[in-house]
Amino acid sequence: MDQTVAVVGFAQAPNRPSAGTTSGVETLVPVFRQALEAAGLDRREVGFWCSGSSDYLAGRAFSFVNAVDAIGAFPPICESHVEMDAAWAFYEAYVKILAGEAETALVYGFGKSSAGQLRRVLALQLDPYVTAPLWPDSVSIAALQARFALDAGLVTERAMAEVAARSRADAATNPYAQVSGAAEIDELLAEPYIADPLRRHDCAPVSDGAAALVLAAGDRARELRERPAWITGVAHRIDPQALGERDLTTVPSATAAAEAAGLPDDLDLIELHAPFTHQELLLRTALGLGERVRISPSGGALTGNPMFSAGLARIGAAAERVMSGEVRKAAGHATSGPALQQNLICVLEAES
Amino acid sequence: MYTALSAPLVIGFDYTRSLGPVLGRFMTGLRDRRVLGSRTADGRIHVPPLEYDPATHAPVTELVDVQPTGTVAGWTWTDRPLDGQPLDRPFGWALIRLDGADTALLHAVDAGSRDRMRTGMRVRIRWAAERTGNIRDIECFEPGVGQAPEQEIGGDPVTIMTAPIRLAYTHTTSDEESRYLRALAEGRLLGQRCPVCRKVYVPPRVCPADGVPTEEEVTVRDHGTVTTFCVVNVPFAGQRLEPPYVVAQILLDGADIPIPHLILGLPADQVRMGMRVAAVWRDRETWTYTPENIAHFRPLDEPDAPYESYEDHL
Repeated sequence: MDQTVAVVGFAQAPNRPSAGTTSGVETLVPVFRQALEAAGLDRREVGFWCSGSSDYLAGRAFSFVNAVDAIGAFPPICESHVEMDAAWAFYEAYVKILAGEAETALVYGFGKSSAGQLRRVLALQLDPYVTAPLWPDSVSIAALQARFALDAGLVTERAMAEVAARSRADAATNPYAQVSGAAEIDELLAEPYIADPLRRHDCAPVSDGAAALVLAAGDRARELRERPAWITGVAHRIDPQALGERDLTTVPSATAAAEAAGLPDDLDLIELHAPFTHQELLLRTALGLGERVRISPSGGALTGNPMFSAGLARIGAAAERVMSGEVRKAAGHATSGPALQQNLICVLEAES
Repeated sequence: MYTALSAPLVIGFDYTRSLGPVLGRFMTGLRDRRVLGSRTADGRIHVPPLEYDPATHAPVTELVDVQPTGTVAGWTWTDRPLDGQPLDRPFGWALIRLDGADTALLHAVDAGSRDRMRTGMRVRIRWAAERTGNIRDIECFEPGVGQAPEQEIGGDPVTIMTAPIRLAYTHTTSDEESRYLRALAEGRLLGQRCPVCRKVYVPPRVCPADGVPTEEEVTVRDHGTVTTFCVVNVPFAGQRLEPPYVVAQILLDGADIPIPHLILGLPADQVRMGMRVAAVWRDRETWTYTPENIAHFRPLDEPDAPYESYEDHL
């Protein structure tokens, strides 16, 4: 088994409908402290810092530079940033360690999704010539995808509601979740559409939040943590940007990422980043997940979806189950872009 | 404890985008009530057009006309349209495969009610009255087929499009920033001291050297020292003063980090590092939660501060 890089610590802020300042700094300070405590690492020992965020989310220029205040960047640090979910910052940090340029890394994502009208702000991630000028919102685009899946007979509204109900029930034991509790399928299906065929329960809530994950190389990981979550495979792939060029009922980039990452057949659990119920169903098929695989025991993104950290939090939540000794093989998945356009898979294993 | 302050923040900017050879012809076509698709090596027609062939990676050069009528491949319904969307009444979003095309275009369908939307429905383009070479030259689609309006050649090729962006936010300050702004509304300048390095930050912020929130409140004086400055000679949109004028970093007495502000009351070429200055407050009745309560800083009749007194704050 590859024991080159491991996850040795994770922390997140509670997912809230509206929390904190638009800067993110105040939210990040306790998250950094908790993640470093979990890893048994001092902030000055971190070799590389990498973040995921977007200025469009809260309308603040250079918000990622501002966020560096939370690190205490003196003496100067080695730092980088991606304008994507921090799962992709995680990928950069992983490669940095593989390349021997750092021994430890702290990866973080943050964002105040509630500062603007999130579903409208996300129109700006679309093709800027022929799509974004129409301001199609993210919920409507997900609804189009759900329609294709329904028309193709791949999902049903009842199966989608069952995903919502299971996610909310699982979230009851997750103190960071924004939405949780028991839900009756028939009651969910009696609710009105918000973007036909999607109902409220089919859509992730708008969440403010942040997350941080600590990585360490080989022996350093063993020093820091009794049971590091070894990264045995990571890959990310992307589908075309134009929605009309894709078959929205399949997720080729997720399938390709899983294959490249070596997603094992004897996986114990996977944390899926599926902000809409039908997307979980499409991903289960795309990833070939069998019945024995536990899906998103945290409740997943449907119970809390802080932009730019929800994908990283899936990797973190999966890693925690390995670090606690609860499972041997877990995976985290992250998505970015409209209608599952881009997908990342990270496989995590306990020492064998 | 105070609640955090918040305020609306509206951001607006227009992106100007060069279109290139493929999208330029596509947009020129829309202006002239034509829809062009690009043909890739496998013979498929793409609308909107692709600039590069996804299989061969070669530039796509062949554009062909497709029909202004098409079929809905998939749809959803919007009861409450958002700012900037094609229609301001309930409408359907649809991926529409135009007759003659192999891929689908996203646009709005003015169907009147959700009941009229269905996969496979036939729709046609409703052209905008004024067309500039933009995807919005298609006002929307409407149910039906019917007669296509005549194409009309409308002048020079379109090479550039403008994409206006308007975003509305609620900006929220941290508790520390809120206390600073509330103090400003009372004519006081409030800083906070880092519990680790003991430096005083005005405005208060998480200590960027130690990564910890500042705690102890410190009132600083509205007198200070110019650490560095620049003379603004260049006019720009929204400028409130006639150039030349001076923007300086001012280290307030008792603070460890300078604030930026205007220096007025002497010719720009006489401002210097180390100069002692004092805040000139606006009329008390106009004070609110903003550093603009201070109109500018003016020179004090004091000897310049020695360089050593501010060398660590540059």
